Order: sequence, then structure tokens, then C-alpha cells
Amino acid sequence: MRALFLLIYKFHFFFFFLVLEVFCIYLLVQNNNYQRASFVNSSNVLVGKFYDEVGVFNSFVNLKTTNKNLAEENARLRKLIADTSMSSKAVKVSVNDSLYKQQYQYITAHVINNSINRRSNYLTLNKGRADGVRREDGVIASNGAVGKVKYVSEHFCVVMSLLHKDTKISARIKKNKYSGELRWEGGSATQASLNDIAVHVPIAIGDTVVTSSYSPIYPEGITLGTIAHFELKPGQNFYNITVNLSTTFGNLTYVYIVNNLFKNEQVKLESEIPQHD
Amino acid sequence: MINQIVSNLIRFIVLVLVQVLILNNVQLNGYINPFMYILFIMLLPIETPGWLLLLLSLAMGLTIDMFSNTLGMHAAACVFIGYLRPRIIRSISPRDGYESEANPNVTDMGFRWFISYTIIMVLLHHFVLFFIEAFSFVEFFSTLFRVILSSILTILLIIISQYLFTSNKQQS
Repeated sequence: MRALFLLIYKFHFFFFFLVLEVFCIYLLVQNNNYQRASFVNSSNVLVGKFYDEVGVFNSFVNLKTTNKNLAEENARLRKLIADTSMSSKAVKVSVNDSLYKQQYQYITAHVINNSINRRSNYLTLNKGRADGVRREDGVIASNGAVGKVKYVSEHFCVVMSLLHKDTKISARIKKNKYSGELRWEGGSATQASLNDIAVHVPIAIGDTVVTSSYSPIYPEGITLGTIAHFELKPGQNFYNITVNLSTTFGNLTYVYIVNNLFKNEQVKLESEIPQHD
Repeated sequence: MINQIVSNLIRFIVLVLVQVLILNNVQLNGYINPFMYILFIMLLPIETPGWLLLLLSLAMGLTIDMFSNTLGMHAAACVFIGYLRPRIIRSISPRDGYESEANPNVTDMGFRWFISYTIIMVLLHHFVLFFIEAFSFVEFFSTLFRVILSSILTILLIIISQYLFTSNKQQS
């Protein structure tokens, strides 16, 4: 026993190093584990407040581009209103509201921290549980999809960006509805790759890629980007497609958190499928 | 002694702010990212006891992690170089050893000693950091490429900051 203590004393520097390093790796693995929310990240109140202050400054600097984006979006929404009133007049059907249930709620949020230069990127938004944000909610910007909510605190939430190594989005080609999977391979923040599109599907450069109706996170038809180029390696059954992302992740300021009111119902029903089927 | 503590504390705060507010937003060619905050670990006095060195490295790493949502990543890399620091300092010691109360910076040790110290520390730190971030050896060469490019940037920043800092010191 004495010898053991002597040994530990002799190499105490090494043992202490080992203990701390194991602690760090434990934190790392714990934090990567998707199911366990970690509380020491930027949704914690102190760090969140700090970034909120910095965000005020940043949003002032970006005011010009933000105004432009908002104006563009206003124009688009105005057009939508005009379209709907026209069509309802033409058809002349009075809509009984009780036939329709609202499926998506939108919460506007301000981006107070954002990164695009890592292999796994996150955003922090200034809305939290108190505003109705829940884990796994989708996040979109005026020009495309952004990511999904990973951690929620009382007044902040952290969003796993589309630019993350674990992000997989169910996407489809708008013109012919064939669906595949959008992933970010790292590198440029403006491009991602679309997999699982079979060789018989007719595609062309410039085709729009949107979210599919299969995912409970995003509404159907949110723009993801356009096809930049595609290639077919000999002997493969699927295209390698590169997509130019429509969201500009570098200057995100205001985003919408999408709350799918029927998500729990869909996920619960789908989880009833036995695993071994 | 008190002077040492205060100056190291100020250096800690300034380097965290510089890293979080400026350097984390630097994007060159995708994801090349300088990590200058390790200057704090590098500049701790030579006679710092081992356990304190490890604890301060851990504190620095965890602080950076909290601001970049990468819990454990920077901390692991920092503790790693904190552990290797005494060995590195011993292995590149000048012929007649270190003077007592010498600090591992340009003013006390000279440019040639400091640059080899910086290159070893930065390369080790970045190597561990980027491979923990990738968490696999699948993209080995692309990760190695990032390690080397980011290291060059960090080393340049550290050397430049050393000269800015020393010139201030001589004026005062």
C-alpha cells in the first residue's frame, strides 16, 4: 500500500493530467450525445446575456442588409396576399375555418451568435422556452432553411446549423418531386451535397431543391438551394449532386423558428412501427 | 508575486475576449481558424507548479469552450499542452540552463528560443484540437492540412503580439 502511495506521489503530475484529460473527454462525449442536453453552453444565462449585448452591436452594423432582406420578404408576402384573394374570388367558395387546422406557428428570433467556420456549427437565438420554442423545432430564414433547435433554456436556444456534420435534411427536387438527403460535407459554407437521387431521375443544373414533406421538422417546400453541378461515377446508381445553398449563413440576423403543432402526433405514430420490421 | 498573478489574470481576460470576439469570426478559405489564446498557457512563469499549470490550462480551455459551444474540445487540447509544457521547456533549454525567475517570452529568452517554443506548442495544440473536432482519422489529410494552415496563422499572430507587447513595456 505504501509503495502504491509512493508511486502515485512520484508520478502525481502524470496522474493528475490523466484525470483532467479523462474529464475533458467525458464532457466532450456527453455533449455530443444527442439526447442529453448540456447546460454549460451558450444557452446558459451569463454567456447568453453577453452574446445578446454583442448581438445588439452586430445587428446595428448589419442594418442595411437586414433592411434590404426584410423589404424583399415584404414584397414577396404582399404578392402572396394578392394571389390568395384573387383565387378565392374566382372560385367563390366560402372557407369554413373549422375545416382547417393551423399546422405551423412561426416565431421570429434574432441571431445573437453564429459560426460558419467549424466542422460543426451552431447558432444562438434570443428566444427560448418562455416564448414557446421546443427542442427539434425547425429554423428558417427568409431565403431558406437554417437548421434545427438543439438546446433550449428559458430565454435562449441553440440551433444546430445546416452546416453541421450530423445534419441530414430530407430534400426533394422541386420540379419532379424525387427526394434525397441533403448533407454538408464541410468546406465552403455556400455548398452542400444531395445524395440518393437515382440515375433515372432527369435533373439539370439550376434545378431548385426544397424540403420534402417527409420531415416533421420543416414545412414542405422551403427552399434549400439550386443544383450547382452533378456527376455520375461509373458503376454507381446514384448521382453525386452539389447544391448551392440559398441561405447566406455568413450574415444571418433574423430567422423564424417553425413550430409544427402536429409533430408529436406524427413522431409518436411513426415510433409504433416495430424496430425489426 | 502579486504582480505576476494580476498580469496573468489580465492576460487571461484579454486573450479570451480577443479569441471570442475577433478570432472566432475570422474565416479564411472555409474553416482556417487561428487560436491565439494558448499564448496564456505558453507565457505562464517557468516555475509554475505542475498541478497549477494543468488547472489553469483546463480553466482556459473550458472558458473558450463555453463561448464556442464545443464543451470539452479546447479543454482537452489545453490540458494536453499544459502537461507537455515542462518537458518541452526542458528539452529546448539553453546550454547553461534557465535563469531563476525567467519568463518564457521573447524579452527574456530571445527570438530563436521563443520561435521554436511557439512552433512546438502551437502544432501540438492544433493537432490535438482539430483531430478531436473531426473525431476520426477518416479525413486525415484534409484535417492535417487545416492543422498546418491554422498553425501558421496562430504562430504569426503570437510572434507579432509579442513584439507589440514588448515595445509597450520598454516605453513605460
